[in-house]
Amino acid sequence: MDETVVEPIAVDPLVTLGEHVAASLGDAVLGFEVAYGDLTVTVARDSIVNVATFLRDDPKCRFISFVDVCGADYPAREFRFDVVYHFLSPHLNHRIRVKLEADDVTPVPSICDVFAGANWFEREVYDLYGVLFSGHPDLRRILTDYGFDGHPLRKDFPLTGFVEVRYDEERKRVVYEPVTLAQEFRSFDYLSPWEGTDYVLPGDEKAKN
Amino acid sequence: MSEVDVRNFTLNFGPVHPSAHGVLRMILELDGELVERVDPHVGLLHRGTEKLIEYKTYLQAVPYFDRLDYVAPMNQEHAFALAVERMLGLEVPRRGQLIRVLYAEIGRLLAHLMNVTTQAMDIGALTPPLWGFEQREKLMVFYERASGARMHAAYFRPGGVHQDLPQALIDDIAVFCDEFPAALKDIDTLLTGNRIFKQRNVDIGVVPLEEAWGRGFSGVMVRASGAAWDLRKSQPYDAYAEMEFDIPVGSNGDCYDRYLIRMEEMRQANEIMRQCVKKLNAPDGKGPVASTDGKVVPPKRGEMKQSMEALIHHFKLYTEGYKVPAGEIYAAVEAPKGEFGVYLVSDGTNKPYRCHIRAPGFAHLSAMDYLCRKHMLADVTAILGSIDIVFGEVDR
Repeated sequence: MDETVVEPIAVDPLVTLGEHVAASLGDAVLGFEVAYGDLTVTVARDSIVNVATFLRDDPKCRFISFVDVCGADYPAREFRFDVVYHFLSPHLNHRIRVKLEADDVTPVPSICDVFAGANWFEREVYDLYGVLFSGHPDLRRILTDYGFDGHPLRKDFPLTGFVEVRYDEERKRVVYEPVTLAQEFRSFDYLSPWEGTDYVLPGDEKAKN
Repeated sequence: MSEVDVRNFTLNFGPVHPSAHGVLRMILELDGELVERVDPHVGLLHRGTEKLIEYKTYLQAVPYFDRLDYVAPMNQEHAFALAVERMLGLEVPRRGQLIRVLYAEIGRLLAHLMNVTTQAMDIGALTPPLWGFEQREKLMVFYERASGARMHAAYFRPGGVHQDLPQALIDDIAVFCDEFPAALKDIDTLLTGNRIFKQRNVDIGVVPLEEAWGRGFSGVMVRASGAAWDLRKSQPYDAYAEMEFDIPVGSNGDCYDRYLIRMEEMRQANEIMRQCVKKLNAPDGKGPVASTDGKVVPPKRGEMKQSMEALIHHFKLYTEGYKVPAGEIYAAVEAPKGEFGVYLVSDGTNKPYRCHIRAPGFAHLSAMDYLCRKHMLADVTAILGSIDIVFGEVDR
């Protein structure tokens, strides 16, 4: 008799989990994907509190461990910032990444009431990217200097910054001054070594004619 | 006394307080000697690590990780190396994995020795730091003999480790593993049953497990509250799957439990080191220490002098670096202080587009207000010592 071995189709448990989350939350979930062994769920900005509460309380998820909130900047997009949340489920031994898009004027609902640990992490995102969080109990700057201006992790913020500090012996205090670079900031373009340079050398205009 | 005289007192703790473990400024609101509110001001050591990494190639980013938790530098590099390797799909040879586990455990000893003994110093005992630092010195010499640097090693690199260990070093580590338990026993006899130490630590800074998870605690902080959770066991990386060790778990979630867990973890780390040495000396523990993929791991200098291809690879990898496929990844290791994670976004070029560093100390310190409320002023230093803070990683 011809024996046909039915190969069980291996379903990645992360895909199953993603489908479960997407099915349970409906419109709040815009999509999910599994890449490099990580599950990423993209959600609508205003539903993040619901999503976090669901992930924490749902008996099939139990992402009770808060891990991280961070930002990322994509200046070309309409909503230029990503706010990225990471949660961990010690029961499932899985991690989940929740992403939403934001800009610098529309506030993102704070998840401090769901996970108390998010407090400082959201302050950090506000400090470094300028993303606002509504309902946050204490949205102050955290890592940068007192009275710092700007959001340093934005892609349009220069690596060298705008001001530098030194102790002024005459005024007997620390003074802020515009950055002066002894040598021009060197940023090499390794991606297109042949097309990337655009030096204007004396005599170039003759070649065009 | 009129009503006007009864008011809360605001005290500035730090920024350079000996028991602030670095540069921490805390605004304490006191009602008599009771702490009503704690507002830690961090960021005094902020160096913009994440921004700097965005402007460096993947290899150039490695040394920044040494400067985060500078008490256990290689554990940080480990997380970054794992993240890059997972994106590149790179397999680390077994000897490389064993060396990494060995040095990650040395890092755990470094961090726990520092923490346990300085916590004792914070609450009045001067001898433990002297004894602990004697052992740390030996471990830092092992760092130096492997990488050339006592602290800022840049030793774990994507693909493996930078150099192989000389056999004499492995033998010396084996000797250390035999001697260390006695030294640990000395510290143990000084502290564990000590009346003052217990008075200052037992039932101080208690965290229930549910609260610990929700506040982003990890590592010793959740284990002291009763969770048997350790990434080395639950999500093993490198050669941890083949190591035999136990996870100590506390039950009270107070400062004393956290101390006991750190002491036990040091004994376990010593056992893991012993196993690593044994496996490194076994025939199947020999071989390359880094991936042999020439497109990621640069060739050795001797090879470079002989082979044209190696010379080209050497030049290209140390100038342009390698390109990492586009995507995003979160890789975490069980660092001595808790879960140290790296969230890496690549746009397919030779530099990370975004590299977020999830430092365990940042989450732990953010709970300072919760932990210290209604405690006495003197307990603040005991709690701060027990949550194991290093400002390199908190401020980044």
